[in-house]
This record gives sequence, structure tokens and C-alpha cells, in this order.
Amino acid sequence: MPKRTDIKRILIIGSGPIVIGQACEFDFSGTQACKALKQEGFEVVLVNSNPATIMTDPEIADKTYIEPITPEVVAKIIAKERPDALLPTLGGQTGLNTAMKLCEMGVLDKFSVKMIGADYDVIKKAENRECFKEAMQKIGLDLPQSGLAHNMEQAIEVAEKIGFPLIVRPSFTLGGTGGGTAYDIEGFKELAARGLHNSMTNEILIEESIIGWKEYELEVMRDRMDNVVIVCSIENLDPMGVHTGDSITVAPQQTLSDREYQDMRDASLAIIREIGVETGGSNIQFAVNPETGRMVVIEMNPRVSRSSALASKATGFPIAKFAAKLAVGYSLDEISNDITRKTPASFEPAIDYCVVKVPRFTFEKFPGTDSTLGISMKSVGETMAIGRTFREALQKGLRGLETGKHGLDDMKKSSELDVQVLSDFISRPNADRIFYIKEAFVRGCSIDEIYALSKIDPWFLRNMKEIIDMEKEVTEALAGKLPESIASGEDIKDIVREAKRFGFSDEAMSRMMGCRETEFREARKKAGVIPTYKLVDTCAAEFEAYTPYYYSTYEDECEVTRSDRKKIMILGGGPNRIGQGIEFDYCCCHASFALKELGYETIMVNSNPETVSTDYDTSDRLYFEPLTFEDVMNIIDKERPDGVIVQFGGQTPLNLADRLEAAGVPIIGTSVRSIALAEDRKQFKALLDSLGLKQPPNGTANSTGEALKKAASIGYPVVVRPSYVLGGRAMKIVYDDEALIEFMAEAIDVSPGHPVLLDRFLENAIEIDVDALSDGEDVLVCGVMEHIEEAGIHSGDSACVLPPHNISDNIIAEIKKQTVQLALALDIKGLMNVQYAVRNNNIYVLEVNPRASRTVPFVSKATGLPMAKAAAKIMSGKRIKDMGIKDPMEGLYYTSVKESVLPFSRFSGIDIILGPEMMSTGEVMGISKNFGTAFAKAQAGAGQILPREGKVFISVRDSDKRNIVFLAKKLQDMGFTIVATLGTAKTLRNNNVKVEVIKKMRDGKPNILDIVRSGEVALIINTPIGKKPHSDGAIIRSTAVMRGIPCVTTMAGAQASVNGIESALDMEETVKSLQEYYGEIKNG
Amino acid sequence: MTKRKAKIALEDGRVFNGFSCGAIGEAYGEVIFNTSMSGYQEILTDPSYKGQLITMTYPLIGNYGVNKSDAESARPFTGGFIVRECCPVPSNWRSEQSLPEYLKNNGIVGIEGVDTRALTKHIRMQGAMRSVISTLDLDNDSLIAKVKASQGLEGKDLVKEVTCKEKYVWNKEGKYKVTVIDCGVKHNILKLLEKYDCRVTVVPAGTTALDILEKKPDGVMLSNGPGDPQAARTVYANVEKLLGKVPIFGICLGHQMIGLAIGGKTYKLKFGHHGGNQPVKDLTTGKILITVQNHGFCVDMDTLDAREIEATHINLNDNTLEGFRHKKLPVFSVQFHPEYGPGPRDSEYLFKQFTDMMEESNA
Repeated sequence: MPKRTDIKRILIIGSGPIVIGQACEFDFSGTQACKALKQEGFEVVLVNSNPATIMTDPEIADKTYIEPITPEVVAKIIAKERPDALLPTLGGQTGLNTAMKLCEMGVLDKFSVKMIGADYDVIKKAENRECFKEAMQKIGLDLPQSGLAHNMEQAIEVAEKIGFPLIVRPSFTLGGTGGGTAYDIEGFKELAARGLHNSMTNEILIEESIIGWKEYELEVMRDRMDNVVIVCSIENLDPMGVHTGDSITVAPQQTLSDREYQDMRDASLAIIREIGVETGGSNIQFAVNPETGRMVVIEMNPRVSRSSALASKATGFPIAKFAAKLAVGYSLDEISNDITRKTPASFEPAIDYCVVKVPRFTFEKFPGTDSTLGISMKSVGETMAIGRTFREALQKGLRGLETGKHGLDDMKKSSELDVQVLSDFISRPNADRIFYIKEAFVRGCSIDEIYALSKIDPWFLRNMKEIIDMEKEVTEALAGKLPESIASGEDIKDIVREAKRFGFSDEAMSRMMGCRETEFREARKKAGVIPTYKLVDTCAAEFEAYTPYYYSTYEDECEVTRSDRKKIMILGGGPNRIGQGIEFDYCCCHASFALKELGYETIMVNSNPETVSTDYDTSDRLYFEPLTFEDVMNIIDKERPDGVIVQFGGQTPLNLADRLEAAGVPIIGTSVRSIALAEDRKQFKALLDSLGLKQPPNGTANSTGEALKKAASIGYPVVVRPSYVLGGRAMKIVYDDEALIEFMAEAIDVSPGHPVLLDRFLENAIEIDVDALSDGEDVLVCGVMEHIEEAGIHSGDSACVLPPHNISDNIIAEIKKQTVQLALALDIKGLMNVQYAVRNNNIYVLEVNPRASRTVPFVSKATGLPMAKAAAKIMSGKRIKDMGIKDPMEGLYYTSVKESVLPFSRFSGIDIILGPEMMSTGEVMGISKNFGTAFAKAQAGAGQILPREGKVFISVRDSDKRNIVFLAKKLQDMGFTIVATLGTAKTLRNNNVKVEVIKKMRDGKPNILDIVRSGEVALIINTPIGKKPHSDGAIIRSTAVMRGIPCVTTMAGAQASVNGIESALDMEETVKSLQEYYGEIKNG
Repeated sequence: MTKRKAKIALEDGRVFNGFSCGAIGEAYGEVIFNTSMSGYQEILTDPSYKGQLITMTYPLIGNYGVNKSDAESARPFTGGFIVRECCPVPSNWRSEQSLPEYLKNNGIVGIEGVDTRALTKHIRMQGAMRSVISTLDLDNDSLIAKVKASQGLEGKDLVKEVTCKEKYVWNKEGKYKVTVIDCGVKHNILKLLEKYDCRVTVVPAGTTALDILEKKPDGVMLSNGPGDPQAARTVYANVEKLLGKVPIFGICLGHQMIGLAIGGKTYKLKFGHHGGNQPVKDLTTGKILITVQNHGFCVDMDTLDAREIEATHINLNDNTLEGFRHKKLPVFSVQFHPEYGPGPRDSEYLFKQFTDMMEESNA
């Protein structure tokens, strides 16, 4: 069936900021879809609040709205743009929920917008638990026993009927927020209450526990002709009970016979037809009882998902791209398979390798939170690895995680555990479970014993055991031998090759041999044990493949043929983590696009399946590999690139820079020496001194004693941090000796062997972030951003505004001047980021990062200058003056605000106070003519919708009491009621603010917690005294987060929020596309 | 690592190394590849693989073991089995035996540890060819010489080696009386006929048309089977005599038998279609079926009389003929396997089409 002609203009809703459960995968899917629809001649209108996405690049869609994804705002965009159709299935749960709301509000009807792909009824049938259950029963499929509840009374009734343990799942949330397993009535009540609140429809499903069953997912696609194909099957290593996003997963499925697999396939076909997804991809989850084979349906997502991104990368079948084409009328057989070119998309990929996805966690960022994995997702990123065996892929995946492990390594902390504790770590799902299992095997436990504890299928356990047995064998064979012996004897060479086929890293092997990794590597290469690269081709080599998408393995035949084109390799950022996420992937993609424009062959290396960089369309060649020295060098040996870029992928490639350069790799852009200089305290201080630039008093210390001495000379408060860590890991502000001693104990643990850095903390300073481009001779300052929160909060967590709104033009000019000085002194070729603090008109340089920063995408979107592209061109030898770019801050007549998005609601019970340690997962952007509206939009985008009326609870520390009066008055004038505890109330009353006094928690009921819980409070302004876990403030703040009540914890934030509320009340918010903003700059 | 070494040698001189994972010995045959990711047991026991050495492109084979009920015939017929990794300890609640054990017990020579992707690419580019798997002779030159001296598939009548010796009754109940001509029939064909209300008698491939018609069946099923269709002359000569006398449904080799019986020609594909993901378009409905296929030969549509024969199915990967029907007589056939086992079940509806045809004929 050919393309639809009844629609011309299509609206796509993105997924907004990166949060746990919704990450880069929706940029990957959205970008694919926008490109596909544009190619087909449709006009694409896009809304997404996340500036760090490729999809919001102005050339991807025709109209790009960086606006909050709320039904109200999208309604305005619809009224303005009048699209014919809305494609709701590409923007994750956010996109889907927003589309549903728009339909319910009557907006779609009013403007005659058709929902394509899946319409309202279909989505409801799939997402509403009761409807879904009915549908499954209708087609005769089995489900776990369950019941719905809309209030606590109903919930308890259902629970008693089914019996414990029980699963509680709220309807209409993303990533299973608020879900959990209850083993008794007390725990159940708590979960049920949270679930009822988190659900958009105040509805929870209470379900028979099928914990420990085998878990599967099928990715299904359907076209308008009712053709259905299965793109990929996925089997979870962690059985039911762990959210699939937190599970190690494997594709294709491994332990079902064909008959069982076909039953699952048949069920999937029946489900997608019964639910009625007209066109596009869906994801269907099943559980199978390992003893009896009973198969039950768990759920269906009638949209592209994290799993479909994984399936796309695992098979080479671009689900989102095809989903977009199917939505506009094509049938599967009318779309050609990009990889084989000659065959159609109406087939089921056959793969000839094993894919393993491993989730990445950051529990270390949230001390005190429960690290047990459950049905609510907690991981922040993932890595994917491809091998010819499960063992090889698993070990590649574990080293691709970049958590210091090089495969199925030993874990220090597990060897001392007693048996009972070890058993507990195996039966209780947690991030390190696989390493505890290793310890158990090493101690001689059997597969059966470990199965009994973990319910991980014996097939996986046996493969793990084989890795461990092999390690023993290799250790025995290699221990005490010299590396040179690998090339001298066939036996030892065979063992080395076999071990490499088991996925052992050079690092691990050198440990077994007792030599250095580089020695082992050289000897291995000399012996001819080198990796071969195979293609991901959708068809298991049945047809010729035209897309160079490779993975490494140790086989006979290598499929890479090096071209004679000039080539540049870009090293990506690996799995997402807090501090290193989509912003860096964005820069890597831009580097590839820019260098392709210049005629280079671009080679991307990355291991993150969620990203645009690992789309085979992004670069000329894609290597899906871990970003370790070994894996990167192996590719370099094969491709011999003319240049390698390490400055775009975040800390991951930078950490490799030294070793790569030492190995003779041509790293282009800013030299490794300059990068090191900026990191080295002493050299950097000397550089600043020579330039006459100021720095807060600082020092380094290797011991607690030394730290105390340095702190005394610097003067408290002091910012302290371990060196060589990312995202402000373990960074703190200390106010006295006692706190410093406590910190030193922890710091030595976080980064052993490295000195601790101490800086004078500049209280009440304004922090400024600057991003600049330099070619070594000319420097262009692209963005000067003022942080909204005061200095001391990690720049990644702070909101910021571009251009600055509290800083004088003189200071800005001076900051620009200093930035130019620094760039030239460091001989920057490419990107540079500088952080300054401004206090009393004094400018202090806090740090210089000679690489892509987290703010590059924001600055690029705010100014319209694609900085990362320009930087990549500079690195290849181009000059700024030849690129025809001018000062991007000039003529900016609008204000852009970036706000961070924090994952606190995932980690119940933790305090939400911001500090020098970064905790945010993502960001949003608000653009408007004035600061207040831009700020309000950014807040709305981040999910903190500023209230327009209601009660504001104010509780501030003494030092803030004077400043709060003015804000409280303003709030009162706007019609808000002020509520405060006695202390703050007194101050406010003394200044003629009307205040309702509310009790503190220890003073009886009703107290402040009660009114927060009951939802009476619309906004909380609470600046903390200290970060004590059990203080009133901490409990109130964490409750507010769980309840979704906006909570401001800094005075600057309060000021901006009041500003935002004022603007939002003041004037009707307007929506405007990037293309309009940029057009107006150009037209002056 | 005390694994026994093994090798595969191809007639063009290419040799691949691995380790023995089945019976000890030497197995000759045409090396082909199958892209199914599951269903190895059904593939091993499909008589159509007689005379072939099967390379599984999916590297991890044997994970869920072997069980009695998934067998497609009484025993494996394949000449040899080539995999990247053959799982020694399966995990599945239905598993009764491991795959290496099963291969050994049934005398099937198997080799693992092979770069099966390299071998597959080689077959794709050079075509299916004569080969040997050996766990005994590990001398490359000797193996290549032996392969060159071995007999190929073309012109060889393998049907007579796999067909039943005597006729037997599969089931006694059912509305439609169906005679299955066993050219190497898979059990799932018989099971599906039974499911669609047929009472089934299976007869040897050499049974004459007269003998078949004498029993007055409501319909005849021409089964799948191995080898070069043109070598199975006795079968298609009989089919010619059945045309128009009784409704006929042909599958795979059965389809080729009908093609030859109505005067068409067959030709050999370079490396055949073997797998469970082949897209086929049903030209009568426009719908796409994901089909199971296992054939090295194909009926040439251009050699069929367009006035009498209508193409009903084509392969969307290479546009080869996948099915046709007679415009005047109650005869239709498909090149793929609507009985699946292993693979997707999209085309099961053809069994219903067969019973509908018998119904109409009887009316």
C-alpha cells in the first residue's frame, strides 16, 4: 500500500529530559522517524524540551519546538501549527501520555488531528490494566492472577484474595515508577499508597507474584496490511522480579525450544492484532514457569521503547525508522532493508552472534538508598556487547560498563563474606550479583545451589562457570611464563586464543600471567592472536551487506576491508551515567556529521545501544565495542585512522588519551599535554599566575594531617574532592575540621593513591560557565551562562541562563577576555569550557575543561551555532575565520534557561539537597523573551510545574530569613497563602506578611508533614541548615518529591521561581519554534 | 581441553577446523547453511536433509536439548552437522537428552568451534558444494581428494532412501480420507492433516497412481523430500497420472513433483533457501507470510503454461516461485513448508485450503 496522501504535516512528541527509564533511546527513535518522514516529503513538527538531542537540531524537523511537554503547551503548538496527524508512539511514555491527554482534552478533535500508528482506544487497551486483561482473556492467553484497585480499601481486598507475595503496579507511569513487591500487609499498604498517587489515573494493579520465572520480550512490528513480523526476541538473565531495564538481557532467546518460541510468537501476533496497533512496533513481555513451561503475558507497550532500541542495534533492523514509514501508509514489503539493499523489510532478522546488554547503576551517588533491584527501574544507563558466544559477549559487556571490571572479575569485597551473607547477595537481586555468583562458584558451589538461590537459568550459570573454569585453566597454563612464550609454542597460543574466544580481556589475561597489559598485548599480537571483525547484517550472511557495522570476535575470517579514504575515528562515551550522558553522544554525532561533510570517512566506536551515535546511519563505519584501551587499539590497528578524536565522548575517551598517544595514535585537536596541564593543579596554577588570573585559594593534600593544615591556611568553608573522578563524585563543602576529617576517610576510598583537592569555597558567589571554540589562533566565545543556584552546587545540577541576567556587561567582557587568554595559553584546538565564580566584581577561575562540556548542546540550541561541528572541523585543520561564523551571542534577543532533572523520586527516602556532587540525569530548556517565562518553561519541562495559586510553605535557615521577606510578600500579592513554622513565621509577621503557622513534626499533629502529604501545599521553599538524613527538612523534601510537589532548596532558586510564577501569571505563555527564533536573529 | 579435532573440507579446496561434537567418522554431502535460530532438532530429523551437511548460522546450538516429541521423523537423516558451539548441558523442562549425546547415539558426525559465518559466506559466494566432515582423517589434501571423488546431489534419487518401506495408517478418525505420498514426509504434515480432520494413510513414494486411486482418497498430499527433483522420475511420472483425478496438495519436493508432472522444469539455486525467516507474498491475498524453507531446487515459472497454471506465491527476497495452482484442476502446491516444525506458523491456513478443495471436489 503506498504512502498516505491525506496527511501532509505530522506532529511528533519527544520524550523530554533524560530520566531513569527514559534515556537517549527516544532521541535515537525520534531522530530516525523525523528523518524518514522528511525524506518521504512530509512536514514534521517536533516538540521536545530536551536540548541535548539530535532530534531537536533545527535541520532534523521542519518546525522544532523546545518547549515543555505538557498537554497545555502541546495544545498551543497544535493550534498554531495545525498538523494533520500526531504520531504518538515514538516519544516514550511521556509522548504517549501527552497524546492521550490531548485526545481527552478534545484538542485533537477540535483541530482534526488524526492519531496515526496507534490511536486513543488502542493505547488505552494496551496500557489500561483492566482493558488489557480482558483483551488477553478474549484471545485465550494466560495471565498472572490479578485485580485492580482505585483506593486503599479495594487494594486490601484484592491482596487478601490473591495472597502474598504480591506485585503492585501503578497504571500509566514510566519505567514502573512506584511499583514494587510486597511480602506482607504493612509493606503492601505503603506500596499501594505510593502507586495510587503515582498513577496518572489513580489506579494500581495487584498481581500474583511470578518472581523467579523466566522472562522474555518480543519486539513486534505490524503494517496496515496486517503483516506482522518479530524483529527480535530477548531473554532476561535476571528472572522475573527485576525490571527488564535493570536486568542483564540476552538476544536472541536462548533456552526455549522452537515449539515454545513459536507459541510465544503466535501469542505476540494475536496480541498486537487484538490490541489493534495499526502500524509500528510494540514490545510484549512474557514469563515462563521454568518447571512447567506455563507461559503468561506480562504486558505490552504499544510504542517503540528501550527494548526496541536494543533490538534495532542487536539486529540491524531500524524499528523506529520503519515504524514511521508504516505509520504513513507503507507496508513492510514496500520498505527495503537498508543493510542488504535487495531484500524487503518484511522478514524476521536472523542473527549469528549473541548480544548481551548490561545495565549500569550509580548507587554510590545515593548513599542510604536500598540497592536491591525490583520492578521499579533504577539503572541510569546500559552497555551492549556482541560476541559469537554468550561468554564472550558477557565479558565484553562487563568491561564495557566501565566500572573498573574487565570481565567476570573477582570482586574484592566478596571474598571475605561469610556464606550466609554471600547467599543473600545471590538471592537478593543487586547490581553486583553476577560477581557474587562468581565468588560462590570459586568457593565450589554447584550450578544447582546457585540456581536455587537466584533462579537464574542454569544455562546462563553453566556458561559463567565455564568462564571461571577457563580462568583457572589459563592461570595454571600461563602463571610464571613470560609473555614471549605465547608466540613460541602452539599449545600456549591455543590456550590464549581459546581464552580470547571466551571474552577474556588482555587486562585479565595479563593478571593471570603476571605481566603488564601492554606486554601481553604485544606478545599476543606477535603470536597472531588478533580479533576478527564480523558484520551485523540482519540475515546471518545469507545476503551481502552494505552497511559496515562491526563487532569483534576471535574467529578465522575478518570482514573489514580498510578503504583508502582519509579517515577519522571518534570515540564515544559508553554507557550513560550521572555526569556523562546524551550531551556527549550529541557531540560525537556532530563530529561525525561535520567530518563527513568535509569528505572524511568517519569511524564511530561506542558501546551504548540507546544512542544516535550507534545508529549505523550516523557514521561511515560503526564499531560496536567496549571503550577500553585494548578494544580501541585493536580497531586502530585494523583501520589505521588519520586522526582520533577523544574530546567529545566525555571522560571515557579522555581517560584513554595518554595510553593511546603513547602507543603512537594520532590524537587530533587539543594536545594530550594541554589536557593534562589543565588537570594538573600545580601547572595550572602556574599558568593562571603567568596570565594574571585569579583562583580561589587552594591546595592539595595526601593525608588527613596535611589536609587540616592546608584547610587552615586556605580558610573555611572549603570545597574538597578526590582527584581523577567524574561528575563531582564524593565532592563536598566542609565548614570545619571535624567534617574534613570525616571526608578524608571517604575520599581515600573513592580514589586511592590520588591526592585530595581543596579549594576555598566562595560563599554567595555567582558561578559562570563559558563554552568556547579555539583553533589555536582565534578564539570564539560561544556561550556565557550564569548559574541560577549559587556557587557550590555542581554545574551539572544547577540551572543556568544564557545570556547572563545579573552580570554587568563589563564583567562579561572581562570573562570573555580571560577565556580567550586561557584558550590561547593552553593551545586549545576544538572546544573548551571554563567555570568562573564572580564575587564583588572579582572573577575567579574555578576550572578549565579542554574538551566538550555538558553545556555544548544547550549553547548550540540557544545560539543556533552548532559548536561541536565547528570544533570537529577545527580539529581536522580548518580555521574559525574560514568557516564564516560570527559571535553567536550577538543579537540574541531572547533568553534560554537550562534546568536539570533529578532522579530523586526513584530513590525513596533520600534527601534532595543539591551540592557539589552531581546527581541529575538530564536537562531541559526553556526559551522566551524574558527570563521569568523562560525559567517557568524550564521548570515545567523538568516536571516542576510552578503553581498559580494555593499554599506556599516557607522554612529557611537564619541567614536567608531577611531575603525571604521580599519573596513572601510578592507571593502574597499574587494571591498565595503563606504557611510557615514558628521561626520563619515570626520573621515574616514582623515584616507584615500574613502567615499561617504550622507545627513542626515533633510538636504533634497536624504538622507540616501532614499538609505536605495531603497535597494541600502547592510549593515548598526550604533552604536546609545541613544535610542531615533524618531532619524534618529532609523528610519533608523527600515526601514532596514522591508527591510531585515543587520544592525549592536555594534562595536563588526561590527568587527565580517567584520570577517565573510572576511571568506565567503575567502573560500568556507563547510557543515559538527554533526556526522562528533563529530566523529573527538573522533578520535582525 | 582434550577435545577431539575435526575438519570440514570443501570440493573447492577450502578447509575449516573445529572439534568433534557428534559421532566419530567421516560424513560426505552437500554443505548448506540454515539460518533458523531455534529448531535444530526438527531440522536434524527432517528427511529432506538427506545427503546434506547442515551448517547452523546461529552459533549457540543445543541449548534446550532434545526431546522425543519434537522429532520430525523417526531419526535424523542429515549427513553431518556443523555448528559454532554445541551445548553439552541443556536447560529446558522438556529436555530429555543433550544434543552431543543425541548426535553420537544416532551416528551423526558433528563438528563445533567452526567459524560458521565464514563458511556461510563462502557457500553464499561459491554456492552449495560437495564436502566432507571428518573426525578421523585430518589431512587437508587427503580430505579434498576424497571430496572430489564423492558423488554429488544432482541426478541422485534420494527419495527412495528415505521413503517408508510399507504403507501405514497415521490416524483412523477424520472426515477427509487423505493419502500421503511419502517422499520423506515430516511428522508435522501428518499432525496438521489430522488437526484439519483428515484420516491419513502414508504410502511409499513408489506406489503407483492406480494403487492410490483404487483406495478412492478424497485427496493426495505430496510430501517434502530430499535431493534433485528430476531424479525422482518414478514419483512425478505417477503424479502426472493423478492430475485431475483427485485433489492434490504438494509441499516442497511435492511441489516440484507437480511442477515436473505438468511439464515444467526445475533448476538448482546457488545456495538454496534454508531457514525460518523467508518472506513470501500470497498473490491471491497480497499478504506476506514469514515462511520456513528448505530447498536447493526451484520450479521455473517460465516453463509452466500460463493458460493452465497461476503463480500464487513468490519469494520477496529473490522473486523465485514459491507456489502455484492449476486453473482448471484441483491441484495446488507450495515450495515452502506450511507445516513449519520448526519456524513460524503463518501459512498453516493452506491445510484448510486443502480440505476446502476436497470439500468442493466431493460436492
